[in-house]
Amino acid sequence: MSAVVEVSHLTKNFRSVTAVDDVSFTVEENMIYGLLGRNGAGKTTLMQLLTGQDFATRGDIRVFGENPVENAPVLQLVSFIKESQKYPDDFKPKHVLKSAPWFFPFWDADFAERLIDDFRLPLNRRIKKLSRGQLSSIGVIVGLASRAPLTFFDEPYLGLDAVARQIFYDRLLEDYGEHPRTVILSTHLIDEVSNLLEHVLVIDEGKIIVDQDADTLRGSATTVVGTRTAVDAFVADREVLHRDYVGGLASVTVGRLGQAERLEAADAGLELSPVSLQQLIVRKTNVSQKEFEQSA
Amino acid sequence: MDDSRPIFVQIAELIENDIIGGALPEETQVPSTNDFAAFHRINPATAGKGVNLLVDEGILYKKRGIGMFVAEGARSRLVAKRRDQFQNEYVRPLVTEAGKLGITETQLVEMIREEGAE
Repeated sequence: MSAVVEVSHLTKNFRSVTAVDDVSFTVEENMIYGLLGRNGAGKTTLMQLLTGQDFATRGDIRVFGENPVENAPVLQLVSFIKESQKYPDDFKPKHVLKSAPWFFPFWDADFAERLIDDFRLPLNRRIKKLSRGQLSSIGVIVGLASRAPLTFFDEPYLGLDAVARQIFYDRLLEDYGEHPRTVILSTHLIDEVSNLLEHVLVIDEGKIIVDQDADTLRGSATTVVGTRTAVDAFVADREVLHRDYVGGLASVTVGRLGQAERLEAADAGLELSPVSLQQLIVRKTNVSQKEFEQSA
Repeated sequence: MDDSRPIFVQIAELIENDIIGGALPEETQVPSTNDFAAFHRINPATAGKGVNLLVDEGILYKKRGIGMFVAEGARSRLVAKRRDQFQNEYVRPLVTEAGKLGITETQLVEMIREEGAE
């Protein structure tokens, strides 16, 4: 597999704020990535840098082997769907869909037609008059139908209802199956997308704190529940991600447990429960030292 | 799909269940990884990993340019494997729990017989 994106020691400062802090990673070809993290973690800034929409303070970015800034041959292979895409005032959706093929060489007009039906997008209404969800659906349609070898979806579905989001996931998977490409999906709805992802990047305070295969990550934590003494004894020499205590009961999240350890826990009368990707990321991006010490 | 185990393992088990249950007889074609992905709403690569797991075990085999097929003798081998699992995952905990509750071996056998008679 070859790398589509290579980033090394990338830093972006806005005056005194470091939005992206000495980040290095690669994105492999034809995989679906999740770029996850809290608000203000640096997700959008990172995507803007990767798509040549902003300049790095330090470090190196290679997209399809080249620097993306002002690089038309590279940028026409890239589609970046933003949460708050702005359109010219008098534009109607039909104008957007008519102009999209100018920018995307792999544009599939038939696929776009089908998506318009699926999302029930009114083509002839002025964009200013569209609902928030309809506005988001334009972005989703453009992002999917552009079939760009590298597609970014930055929180693409503000205001989209559950049905429309499901249509988005289904169409994305179907089309990805037939036309493999690299997709980077940034979202807060982690539980909804976790099964679609092959690889997960988690960014927190400008740093990449997780860069892992989604399957590996999924089994990488377990919550142990039981009496406080039993749980504390069991987790004594393990890395603890989170602790909760209620009276004499404890619920502690630890790393991966092997088969032998699971049996040991069962023998000790402890209950084990899986940790979803969303819970895991909440745990990893939410451990303030103070909270940790208070609970311990 | 549940969160406690890797999804590709669960996909492999679903295919195994279909083979054991007879929905996928030997020498029939199994759905493509894209079909599995769309149906279960999972990443096609993950579905592919599940299928490959069974290829490695010789349960499925690939016909070049056509797709994946159920191998000859797959069902009986899966049944044997599941029997071992049954012993480990059901019978052993059953005996352990019975021991805790002071149920004797004879009583346990009698209980199982009663269940079977119903």
